[in-house]
Amino acid sequence: MSDLAETARPSLNLSQIMQRYGTIAILVALVIVAASMSDVFLTERNILNVLRQVSGSSLMAIGMLFVILSRGIDLSVGSVAALGSVLSAILLQQYGAGLSIPATLLAGGACGLVSGGLIAFLKLPPFVTTLAMMTVARGLSLIISAGQPIVMGDSGAAIVAFGSGSIAGVPYPVILMVVVFLIAGTVLMFTRYGRLVKAIGSNVEAVRLSGIPVAWYTMSVYVISGVLAAASGIVSSSRTGVGSANIGVGAELDAIAAVVIGGASLMGGRGGAFNTFIGVMVLGIIANMMNLARVPGYHQQVFMGCIIVGAMLLQYASTWLRR
Amino acid sequence: MENLVELTGIRKSFGGVHALQGVDFALRAGEVHALLGENGAGKSTLMRVLGGEHVPEAGTVKVAGEEPHFRSPSDALSKGIAIIHQEMALATDLTVAENIFLSEIPSVISWKDLNRRAAELIDSLGFTIKPGAVVGDLSVAHQQVVEIAKALSRHARVMVFDEPTAVLSVQDAERLHGIIRTLRARGVGVIYISHRLDEVFQISDRITVMKDGASVATVDRSDVEVDDVIRMMVGRSLKALFGEDVARTPGDEVLRVESLSDGGRIRGVSLTVRAGEIVGLGGLVGAGRTEFVRLVFGAERAHSGRVFIRGKERTIRSPGDAVKAGIGLVPENRKEQGLVLDFPIRVNATMAKLSPLVNRFGFVRRARERMAVEVLAKRLRLKAGSLNDPASSLSGGNQQKVVLAKWFHAGGDILIFDEPTRGVDVGAKTEIYSLIKSLAAEGRAVLVISSEHLELFGLCDRIHVMREGEITGVLGPEDYTEEKLLKLAMVSPAASPETLVVN
Repeated sequence: MSDLAETARPSLNLSQIMQRYGTIAILVALVIVAASMSDVFLTERNILNVLRQVSGSSLMAIGMLFVILSRGIDLSVGSVAALGSVLSAILLQQYGAGLSIPATLLAGGACGLVSGGLIAFLKLPPFVTTLAMMTVARGLSLIISAGQPIVMGDSGAAIVAFGSGSIAGVPYPVILMVVVFLIAGTVLMFTRYGRLVKAIGSNVEAVRLSGIPVAWYTMSVYVISGVLAAASGIVSSSRTGVGSANIGVGAELDAIAAVVIGGASLMGGRGGAFNTFIGVMVLGIIANMMNLARVPGYHQQVFMGCIIVGAMLLQYASTWLRR
Repeated sequence: MENLVELTGIRKSFGGVHALQGVDFALRAGEVHALLGENGAGKSTLMRVLGGEHVPEAGTVKVAGEEPHFRSPSDALSKGIAIIHQEMALATDLTVAENIFLSEIPSVISWKDLNRRAAELIDSLGFTIKPGAVVGDLSVAHQQVVEIAKALSRHARVMVFDEPTAVLSVQDAERLHGIIRTLRARGVGVIYISHRLDEVFQISDRITVMKDGASVATVDRSDVEVDDVIRMMVGRSLKALFGEDVARTPGDEVLRVESLSDGGRIRGVSLTVRAGEIVGLGGLVGAGRTEFVRLVFGAERAHSGRVFIRGKERTIRSPGDAVKAGIGLVPENRKEQGLVLDFPIRVNATMAKLSPLVNRFGFVRRARERMAVEVLAKRLRLKAGSLNDPASSLSGGNQQKVVLAKWFHAGGDILIFDEPTRGVDVGAKTEIYSLIKSLAAEGRAVLVISSEHLELFGLCDRIHVMREGEITGVLGPEDYTEEKLLKLAMVSPAASPETLVVN
């Protein structure tokens, strides 16, 4: 998956196997359980449904991956997604999709630029800084929308077509998700940028003393996260045709959970795009399973939390085994 | 004479590194027993075993003929073993008396009684320190006295001093030696760890030399000369230790620093290094040498002063600027500052200059990178399974070579080494010395910080000695003696009627 994965020797011990394949094992186990619980689960329609449902939140998870790799955290993604949803819907009505989408992505990037700049150059702690951005972005989206859902109507036809359309049965948002994952994976595996972001997460001082301008790199991951969060907001409104300031509440936690279930270390430096994709799918399948099993909404939250802890325990078991 | 402490066949390893491989050591009552060895020889690890911080994998620890099982430092302390740490282990916000009796403070405290007992203990050491003073406000020398008093309050019969004079002025060091003689007269066994051989020869009764995790020999001080001890420590003659000499002819001035200050600790340091020269920076721990080179390298912002590279003034605000100006820094703490330990050797080696290995879309050209690193590895005689192994899998000496490889690859012509052989075994040391010499021979300017005086003497063309953020003198090869270096490194008694602290 990553540069580190290459280093593994031919003979893997149990802890290394768990570390490398633990996430996939969790996914496989979940698929088996889900398939045995419901006949519907393995149908093409249901699988596409799961993919469509995670397509928006997965964009946030990718941004979060970059941030976490650099040993940061971005709590603002859910709110920035809401801002993206509202902003794109409003701009759409006046200027059309050609301007609305780039401008919305830019706004998301600007949110990331502000929190990233504060974190990278003024050395504010990421947790608190992005927490502040979380309330600011949520507030801004409520102000812009005056607290009302914004129906895109006819002007949003192109966007709604994106949200509901498909090629050869695969919905556009799913295609977008796959493309973004592929790009992220390539960047992390093969480029200087990806390598340095991970190295900064692993040991920022050593990278700084190699003459790398670490502050710019640190700031950039928050910009990526902001852009992708705004994109996630657009995808969300494209599926409903409505821009809403109330989407993405708690979405930052799902994004963090997906990245961590994907084996990334919150201490930075370790993790990859493919595993994050698996993490996203694990969360999506759990939600889907519970819907199929008709678990009531409030109960779902409790189950979800427990299952996340279970998945994390499996991940961490590999660390314990090493001791 | 009865042995207070007997360590036999002690073995201890940390993740594959054998720190101790069968060490024997015995301490008698009423003796000062010096423990010598280079950095990384295993002295501190052995003392941690004695102090109950590490549990040995094999071997026995006997205290007064018994074999206690130490689980923790407090176990060891209850058996009368106290370690006076190099970094003081005192609670700086508490008072002197509170610190001394920290572990036995009763639930109802009689301050009067506690302070009186503390004052008595300190008096018995020949010092006067207010028992109510807050420890953080005391000088380092006085903090050390508090540590000793604390150990005495626990009726310690064995006391370990780990580099106690490293941070003391000459005067305070002498007073400390007075205390140690008092302790000896009372029958306390003292283990004394120091790099200063002159000091060791003054105070100790017996000397045990350690090398590469084993005890080489235990001798009576009166039977040996300084040279004998050095040979035992490094296992080869001094000349062989520093590798082959390469012919070097100093060329033009490459680096000139003019009155560099950080507005605090570093106060107007100037020096020049010419091409082909190796210049040493000597001084005590805390003299500001590391802080100074970090200023030169831009790791810290300078407050005032100028840096010239080949006669041209350069503004260095960040390590990035320094690297562009051709400066490389091999930092003091390899694991925290020199390497991204979890990352492959290959990635570490090319970190400082990726641009020639990256295409215009930002993709790293792996094949080209691998070739570049293979060439470096061969040149540096790097011992590694695969260049894709994480740097953490290497020994200390080979890790240091990876840091060196980074600066070879970056291709600068000014190299700064901060304690280049700390935690490196003797074989790798010689290789690193040879590399440093060949770097200079190729026309680079080299600046070396070392706290091992022998290293500076063996390597450098001249030594600038620092004290309290200033250069106090320059030594040429004809002046290379420990005495002359220390004289410049320490506060002279004449200049400091009061107790001064060099930290």
